[in-house]
Amino acid sequence: MKLTGAAALVKTLEKEGVEVIFGIPGGATLPFYDALKDSEKIHHILMRHEQCAAHAADGYARASGKVGTCSATSGPGATNLVTGIVNAYMDSIPILAITGQVPSKVIGTDAFQEADTTGITLPAVKHSYLVTDAKEIPRIVKEAFYIALNGRPGPVVIDIPRDVLQTEIDYYYPDEVDLPGFKPTLKGHAKQIKLALKEMLNAKRPVIFAGGGIITSGASKELLEFAELMNIPVAYTLMGKGAFPEIHKLSLGMIGMHGTKCGNYAVTESDLLIGIGVRFDDRATGRLDRFAPHAKIIHIDIDPAEIGKNVPIDIPIVGDAKTILKQFLEAAKKMITKESINQKEEWHKKIKDWKKKYPLTYPQDNALRPQYVVEQIYELTKDKKTIITTGVGQNQMWAAQYYKVTKPRTFISSGGLGTMGFGLPAAIGAQVASPDSLVIDIDGDGSIQMVSQDLATAVYNNLPIKIVILNNGYLGMVRQWQQLFYKKRYMAVDLAVGTPDFVKLADAYGAVGIRVTKKKEVKSALEEAFKTPKTVLIDVWIEREENVFPMVPAGAALDEIIGGLEK
Amino acid sequence: MKHTLSVLVENKPGVLARIAGLFRRRGFNIDSLAVAPTEDTRYSRMTIVVDLEGKPLEQVTKQLHKLVNVIKVSDLKPSEALERELALIKVGATTPNRAQIIEIVDIFRAKIIDVSRTTLTVEVTGTADKIDAITNLLKPFGIKEIARTGKVALTRGSKEQ
Repeated sequence: MKLTGAAALVKTLEKEGVEVIFGIPGGATLPFYDALKDSEKIHHILMRHEQCAAHAADGYARASGKVGTCSATSGPGATNLVTGIVNAYMDSIPILAITGQVPSKVIGTDAFQEADTTGITLPAVKHSYLVTDAKEIPRIVKEAFYIALNGRPGPVVIDIPRDVLQTEIDYYYPDEVDLPGFKPTLKGHAKQIKLALKEMLNAKRPVIFAGGGIITSGASKELLEFAELMNIPVAYTLMGKGAFPEIHKLSLGMIGMHGTKCGNYAVTESDLLIGIGVRFDDRATGRLDRFAPHAKIIHIDIDPAEIGKNVPIDIPIVGDAKTILKQFLEAAKKMITKESINQKEEWHKKIKDWKKKYPLTYPQDNALRPQYVVEQIYELTKDKKTIITTGVGQNQMWAAQYYKVTKPRTFISSGGLGTMGFGLPAAIGAQVASPDSLVIDIDGDGSIQMVSQDLATAVYNNLPIKIVILNNGYLGMVRQWQQLFYKKRYMAVDLAVGTPDFVKLADAYGAVGIRVTKKKEVKSALEEAFKTPKTVLIDVWIEREENVFPMVPAGAALDEIIGGLEK
Repeated sequence: MKHTLSVLVENKPGVLARIAGLFRRRGFNIDSLAVAPTEDTRYSRMTIVVDLEGKPLEQVTKQLHKLVNVIKVSDLKPSEALERELALIKVGATTPNRAQIIEIVDIFRAKIIDVSRTTLTVEVTGTADKIDAITNLLKPFGIKEIARTGKVALTRGSKEQ
């Protein structure tokens, strides 16, 4: 069958199961979009900025577990994708970015809308291709999906010159991929499994430290089963929210800079730390030389390069979290003793005391506090099929602290890169991936203003996402740091002047806007929003100088956590 | 501490940029790098001398392994590896000292590959130490230019990398 490169691209994308592409066309991708017009399987969502296209693909991937696909034209289109690609790279999210490139014969001549896309994205992709021969398109696309999704997931870029898209080829669909340099290890080494298990049985104060890898691997069920069987409490990173039910009695909460005191103390005092699908990021570990100082550390990860990168590891196990947890479960059933369970009781008592003494709290007064708003969102949606996305900054941390997630792929946040503006496009992607979920973007006034143009995308696609802006008229997290560490010398953080009227903005885009200025209005406004089958923006005027507590100052150890009221 | 890595990669465009980029991004210093296709032209062998400056070697090799185009990474221990470098050295030569230079060249089993009225160009192969030594001895005559290949290496005997 004779097909153009563009038609071959579309056909292979269809075969790889692509249902939606988030993108913006341009000169270099005209042939691709022309071929896309004939596709009955692929729905294209026209974004308003390429950064949002990449984030939407990212949100789609996180919500669905599938590869998210985005597309942009050459030059500025492709460079606009870059933030989204780096974001996906940092959080190990499988996205495919298809970019147009100027015709082969003018590459390197600084042609109109030419940018070195593969060069620019090189340090932040799992892999990339500059296609020089149209015949290679089917193979490259198939490889791209395989690479993006397998092993530690990540973004893949395919950059295609316009003339390559127009070249006719004999179409074929490759049955398998041949990648001699890409063979991820899935199964854990049996000897290491046994060794690790012995440590877990002997430990008196063990903590499981779960990360995004649990969610990626689909290992939440196994983690729950294993933690319960072994009677080991579970702490998690921001990326690990959803890996373990947060309301479970074995849950220690999120640890790290804005983690729970209980979680941070437990990790610090543990005698065995079992990291699964985590990368010991500085926001989670605090000061490294005082991270889990009394603990032997077991590290389970699919990426060997993460093991020992930041923290010395006593027992490394390379492999897929789900596979390894299954191996653990099988071995544990034979090795487990009553004694190994009982000797952890004192530890559980201590944890219970910490939980009681240091709950997440905030002043219970009449002020409209962001924590209250998130709590209300939680109360109203905990029994519904809900996905939370967030901006970055204070809004993100309040969402992480007060929204208790119980299922994987339902809390979607920019962890590694910390990309302001992620919340809205991620919500668009998540809603597309999961049409029957209530998708709520808990956002900040600073974050949303970086992407507000894509309200249009949400509205014209009839996506009933709810955008809750915790509006304090500040770049709140920066302001908090200036207050705490720069003697309150506020510089370039006040957004109050110049910020649009968000209700009018929502209205201008055809969304529903609701303003909340009093605590007592919160619940009814949220209720109204959640039952409105439209894009709704709720502008909540929160206490302007509310801070995120507790907090481990940058460079401090986890047990040097400050703030938060004691009960 | 310097290490010699032998890296087998797919012979594809952009692979060198990926590897160089990885070293730069992760803060490892490349001391020298030599690359050419192997006996199987689908693959190239890179010999990379890396200056670790206290960083663990393991991070470098693991990060290299993550690149899709990298097939194999071996850390070559000096005792188990054959290492050679080639240098072209252009030395200032006058009638009175020409003989002296030729004598040094002979001692090092180097070759003179070009002669002009004012220069001799020497080709020398050997370990980095040997090349440093001959360079030192030729210095007094005035070295005009040097081109060094950087190290290439293979494991000794029948063992494959």
